[in-house]
Amino acid sequence: MTDITASSLPVAAPPARRDIGLKKRYAAEARFRMYGIAAITFGLVFLAIMLGTIISKGHTAFWQTTVTLPVTFDPTLIDPQNKRESDPSVLIKANYDKLAQQALISKLGIDAKSKPEVAKLKGFLSDSARIQLRDMLVANPALMGQTVTVPILASANIDSAFKGQVDLTVPEARRKVKDQQITWMNQLAAEGTLAEKFNTGLFTYGASSRPETSGVGVAIVGSLYMMAIVLVLALLVGVAASIYLEEFAAKNRLTDLIEVNINNLAAVPSIVFGLLGLAVFINFLGMPRSAAIVGGITLSLMTLPTIIIATRAALAAVPPSIRQAALGLGASKMQMVFHHVLPLAMPGILTGTIIGLARALGETAPLLLIGMVAFVANYPATPFDPATALPVQIYMWANEAERAFVERMSGAIIILLVFLMAMNLTAIVLRRKFERRW
Amino acid sequence: MSGLTAFLFVLVVGLIAFFAGAARARALDDGKIKAHSRPQYHGAWAMLLAVLPALGFLIVWSFGSGAYLNKQIDERVIAQTSEKSAVSDTLVRSLADGIKRLDAPANTNPPATMSELMPLLAGKGVTLAPDTQDYMIPIALDANSMASRFGWLGGLGALALAVLGALYGIRQVAVRERARHKVERVMLGTLFSASTIAILTTVGIVLSMLFQTIAFFSEVSPWSFFFGTVWDPRFAAAGSGGSQGQFGLIPLLAGTLYIALVALLVAVPVGLMSAVYMAEYASRNVRSIVKPALELLAGIPTIVYGIFALVTLGPWLRDISAVLAGGSPFIQAQSILTAGLVMGVMLIPVVSSLSDDIITAVPQAMRDGSLGLGATRSETIRRVILPAALPGIVGAILLTASRAIGETMIVVLAAGVAANLTANPFEAMTTITVKIVNQLTGDLEFNSPQTLVAFALGITLFFVTLVMNIAALAIVRKYREQYE
Repeated sequence: MTDITASSLPVAAPPARRDIGLKKRYAAEARFRMYGIAAITFGLVFLAIMLGTIISKGHTAFWQTTVTLPVTFDPTLIDPQNKRESDPSVLIKANYDKLAQQALISKLGIDAKSKPEVAKLKGFLSDSARIQLRDMLVANPALMGQTVTVPILASANIDSAFKGQVDLTVPEARRKVKDQQITWMNQLAAEGTLAEKFNTGLFTYGASSRPETSGVGVAIVGSLYMMAIVLVLALLVGVAASIYLEEFAAKNRLTDLIEVNINNLAAVPSIVFGLLGLAVFINFLGMPRSAAIVGGITLSLMTLPTIIIATRAALAAVPPSIRQAALGLGASKMQMVFHHVLPLAMPGILTGTIIGLARALGETAPLLLIGMVAFVANYPATPFDPATALPVQIYMWANEAERAFVERMSGAIIILLVFLMAMNLTAIVLRRKFERRW
Repeated sequence: MSGLTAFLFVLVVGLIAFFAGAARARALDDGKIKAHSRPQYHGAWAMLLAVLPALGFLIVWSFGSGAYLNKQIDERVIAQTSEKSAVSDTLVRSLADGIKRLDAPANTNPPATMSELMPLLAGKGVTLAPDTQDYMIPIALDANSMASRFGWLGGLGALALAVLGALYGIRQVAVRERARHKVERVMLGTLFSASTIAILTTVGIVLSMLFQTIAFFSEVSPWSFFFGTVWDPRFAAAGSGGSQGQFGLIPLLAGTLYIALVALLVAVPVGLMSAVYMAEYASRNVRSIVKPALELLAGIPTIVYGIFALVTLGPWLRDISAVLAGGSPFIQAQSILTAGLVMGVMLIPVVSSLSDDIITAVPQAMRDGSLGLGATRSETIRRVILPAALPGIVGAILLTASRAIGETMIVVLAAGVAANLTANPFEAMTTITVKIVNQLTGDLEFNSPQTLVAFALGITLFFVTLVMNIAALAIVRKYREQYE
């Protein structure tokens, strides 16, 4: 036996590590991670740019340049022939533009006889001054002969210029605001007569051909009518349908058909619902065009699948032990559902409903088809009157050429987004507050 | 009596029946035998007996009497003009509505000629078509008196039915009466009918569009619609000599698919990568902030995206291209690129939330196995997770594509209206949805091919998206079952 000594063995070189390309693989790993971060950054940056441009364009819409003028209701201008006692229509037809102009002339201290000077005043104040002064006098005829301090809207061009949105380096002939008007504007601003005030008109006016007197008030009312209709119809029908499918339906062909239908309706393009509304509600059933009732029903059908899917998930989350306990104490199946399961599922149902409502509030396409893209200047008194909706109003302003309408449009988008944000926050709070883990 | 007042009266009778029935049931309780149903069920059954038949009668009556009235008007108009005209019938009906709004003496005894009647009506804010004829006035008057007579008859009939039903229901209250069973059966019926609304909606969509489409195909051949390459729906009023326009679907379909393709090229890589990162890499904190932020993108209405494309992105891309080309821009302000890009961003959260579900559904054991064999995380994702999730991701992409095809507001504002056939992504193209909106906004007569074509486009859109949705849902469901 010979001892094998270590020295007798050939000295093995330490095994070289096989090149398995670790470096490359780690580089690939790092790259892959970067792709993921880049993808998320892309989405977030786009979101930030989009919201940023809309807010930067729209925040000025909440302020409106207003000129506060002492207006004299001069009887010789309003009623030169002094027959307002016998003919009240004189008060309606009078030349109120002249009154506002007179007030502006005396305020600026320009020569009333200088025709070119006076001509340059045209387009300084909003045309709405006429209606404003007329309504004041008709409501209170005692104002005749008195001098009242009235805040009058500046025209859209002066408004833009005062907000610094007009490029003054452009030759005077090619812009709508003349140099003389700018001088007057600065003069009045220095006196404090002309100033930016919070734009309440944006929330109260309806559609108008003048940017300074157009607002989303009428559109918001139309949207609220539709939301109320969607809330009632879609919530009632949706909850009823979900209860049937989740608690009562037998597993058969009909149930399968209904389920497939609901899933498909959730993915049908919204414009198809508009075609349905036009053909069935307006053309076949003869409901009024561009009314909130038709829009509300159409949006309800569109929202129904969302609410059904959310409600079924909420019902299914209620544990079976609750049902068994109720049945064990002698409740009927209907009592079990309505007294025990439904109240426990309510937070989930409400969350789903609010999210569905938020989708319906921002929906535009189906409303275009049922004629809600109409020039509606008056508040709809009932859901059967012509109405428009907030997103449709935004769409109509998008088709206007004037700079001032873009500002209004961006302001309206901010209002819409605030509404949506509030609804989604409510949904989140509801979920946090009432959610129960079983 | 109008339908609404009759309805309210019936409801009042129903409420009385409820309280009377419940009170009677409570009086039954002598402390010895317990009644089968609690008092409110007896009340509810009495109320249902009062309300349901009466409402059913009211609905049938109003439809029936309306149809009878229309037939009467039709016959009188034929007797006058000896020709059948749906337009004249409509005129008579709106005239009748207008006369109803007049003040006291004139609404039953209006002037005999339209020239005297028109100013009266205009004073009430009613404007009628100028070809409303004098002979229509007596017909409209008779129609009004007949309608009010029918209204009274129907209302009184419904009320009588309601009272009879209430009396019967209250009489039925007894110890052994199974009121709860009956009420619950009605409730179950109501729940069931609510769940059939989904089917009714689908049927309504298909039928409403089908009828209009058939009418359209009676004027334009399906062949020239489905395979025509020119979209030029001339309006007869434009002085084209009555010649019909061409309604070729191909340019619209090409534009729709092109824009959807660009959108998917943006949305699928970005959405998929962010879903992968969220599911596999991101820490809990990052996830809890970034995920809701990305979901914000899904909550913004599409009109806002459209306006961003129209007002900001489109002009910006045009200016950039002008700088690049040193002069004239080669990207138009409304282009396939702009519309596709913005739509792609809108679809990012759709892709990412769908694929997030799918990636997290891949069993943890598969990840552990791959990592245990020494693969890096990205290799695990690329070689194990994504292949395993592939069918589900294909389903998600199909669902996203169907959203892209049906999207309306972004393309209405950003894609343009000219029906071009072009391969250049910097030019404008139009889509099916844009043309549906274009053909149906504005005042159009309902029976011209220019209007009806919108329904043919709509049904095409509906079926294309339907097939994609069914396929996608089937794929996703099958995939889920594989790992459950």
